[in-house]
Amino acid sequence: MKKYQPSEEVDFVVIGSGAGGAVMAKQLAQAGFSVVVMEQGPWGAYGHEQDYNKDELINRFPSEEDMLMTNPAKQPNTFRRTASEKAVPGHHSYGCVVGGGTVTYGASSWRHLPWEFQEASLFGTMAGTGIADWPITYDEIEPFYTQAEWEIGISGPNVKSKNLAPMSRGYPMEPLPLKSSGALFQVAAKKLDLEVVPNVAAIITKPWNGRAACINCGMCSGYGCQVKARSSSAVALLPYAVATGNCEIRAHSYVREISTDASGKATGVVYFEKQNGNREVFQKAKCVVLSANGTETPRLLLLSKSARFPQGLANSSGIVGKYLMTGNGGGASGLFSDPLNEYKGCVTGAAILDYVPNDVKGRGWYGGGRMTARGFTMPIAYGLGGVHGAPSWGAGYKQALIQQANRKLYIANFISQMPLATNAVDLDPDVKDAWGLPAMRITTQSHENDMKGVNFFIEKSVEVLKAAGAHTVWADAARDSTGGAHARGTCRMGNDPKSSVVNKYHRAHDVPNLFIVDGSSMVTGGRNHPTMTISALAFRAAEHLVKAAKSGNVTI
Amino acid sequence: MSSRRDFLLKSFSASAAAWLAANWPAEVAAAEMAQKMGGFTYFTPGQAREIDAMAAQIYPTTDTPGAREAQVIYFIDLALVTFAADKQAVYAKGFGELAQACDGKSFASLPSDEQIKVLTSIEKTAFFKTVRDHTVMGMFSSPQHGGNFHKVGWQQIGFDDSLNFRAPFGAYDKA
Repeated sequence: MKKYQPSEEVDFVVIGSGAGGAVMAKQLAQAGFSVVVMEQGPWGAYGHEQDYNKDELINRFPSEEDMLMTNPAKQPNTFRRTASEKAVPGHHSYGCVVGGGTVTYGASSWRHLPWEFQEASLFGTMAGTGIADWPITYDEIEPFYTQAEWEIGISGPNVKSKNLAPMSRGYPMEPLPLKSSGALFQVAAKKLDLEVVPNVAAIITKPWNGRAACINCGMCSGYGCQVKARSSSAVALLPYAVATGNCEIRAHSYVREISTDASGKATGVVYFEKQNGNREVFQKAKCVVLSANGTETPRLLLLSKSARFPQGLANSSGIVGKYLMTGNGGGASGLFSDPLNEYKGCVTGAAILDYVPNDVKGRGWYGGGRMTARGFTMPIAYGLGGVHGAPSWGAGYKQALIQQANRKLYIANFISQMPLATNAVDLDPDVKDAWGLPAMRITTQSHENDMKGVNFFIEKSVEVLKAAGAHTVWADAARDSTGGAHARGTCRMGNDPKSSVVNKYHRAHDVPNLFIVDGSSMVTGGRNHPTMTISALAFRAAEHLVKAAKSGNVTI
Repeated sequence: MSSRRDFLLKSFSASAAAWLAANWPAEVAAAEMAQKMGGFTYFTPGQAREIDAMAAQIYPTTDTPGAREAQVIYFIDLALVTFAADKQAVYAKGFGELAQACDGKSFASLPSDEQIKVLTSIEKTAFFKTVRDHTVMGMFSSPQHGGNFHKVGWQQIGFDDSLNFRAPFGAYDKA
């Protein structure tokens, strides 16, 4: 792998190696630019993926070097519902390894639908919310969805439906197996006249670019993939960036500041070398690409405040960190007579699409969601908390545990959430991380409209489970979001610098050579599956940036 | 003589002891040897007897194996010096709470129905919850961690750890 000296001014520093950063690094390096990728997490099993752990106990209690997610002991965050509360310790976590969240994610890879880019124009806004059109249309991003799906390796059904985005080219390979949960969805769909499709996933179902097809091991979400079938950034993108000889990946490199000069241009980044006594290093760069995820990206901008940028970098609008959408969920579990064996195969099964569109008149609330089939959790998780309607120990517990094992179908819904200015990421005034930096503070409370949506989906899940033949059904309690890996919206894109952080090409309105490319760019949240849209946005941003940089002016 | 056979087999019902000795003679012998060579890593034999008896009520032996047959006590003993070392204090304090709840008697020596009463009286404590969670983990984690002996836990919940499957997976996706 190419190595650069920190004193050497590289063309681009990319902060973060997940869904957004890896696309940027690859596209920029392949165009001939020098690139350094800063990743705060470890290497994981990058390049020796067969060594990824498949032991549930070790996964629950990983040693520091084996962690694939953030370490709560060193990277604490705090949480509160509203600005009037004092924040308490939070449980927000996200991928923290070379490849970011894509190393362990469930890999659902749905496109946003065309109308999800223009919800304000098409459906109107709602007072007190930040519903707005994106500055780009579906037609503008469609070619980049296609590029992303073919380059990264996405499996999915090639069906036409009003509830699926139209595609200029189909998925490159067949979808994952339907599973018993999908077959039960079909039973329910027949009775209730619903549309069921297999999951769209960044998991390959045939050999693809030197990677093996999924072996349905089942230890999927939360685990690294030993056979490289999950099309994570670490196997589908970063190796191609490195192969150009132009890109260096620096793991264990925790960026604490994007530095700027007197003219307000970014000059590089200051980072801690975690494995070198946390030595502070300044990496010089002509341009900075920030792809640290929907919560770390605004935090780093706020940490990078200076005399010239007293509210934080790229924050003259005051909205960096605001309009946070972590997405809502909830559903129901149903018990069936025969084993589903849902622990085999990818965690996410088939989807019911009928509740994706808005139907304000019909349902009395704004938004929608995707209903997905899930089943068995892994054995320890199941034993600790997966048994319904039984004591927590003793003979009754054991009997229920054995009776319910493998016979349950869980419906998880991925539900829209309104962008609200009051839901935000900022810096906690008291809590510091292990490097002495202010911890991330998350403030989030869903609009009452969204809780109507959650309740709607819980009721619909019960209906579907009963129609599928479940003899016992347990509805989840409606619960508002507290964070999670789908964080979006915190540096929204737009044409007006007063109401957005980046322009339609992801360039910060306030900093001419800073590009912000991750879930933070999203204006509205879609139906809570952000990754495919992050990938497509990044391919689109990269194409423009390569053109601009080659012309010698990145501000065009 | 406090061999593992004493510890292990005396705590079992006669049928469970026979079942163990018949099915896993080599393993029982090996465990006895391990016990002779060093016994427990964290627990004293007396403490191990108490926790073993608790685990046996939390996940009892019925017509299928329970925490005893899964050797959960060895899982917990190892856990307390490895990933769960931060829970040592909970156990240290818990032994006192348990003794108090048993009026100073040994919990393991109580009849089963009295054991259940004692555990019900302390089921909201951090100590009980921790032993409960460790018992469950010992039933269902990989055998390499000391419990789930011969995968008896996994067998009960139909979990196959092959990590390599082909559809159809269950009863409903069969063609």
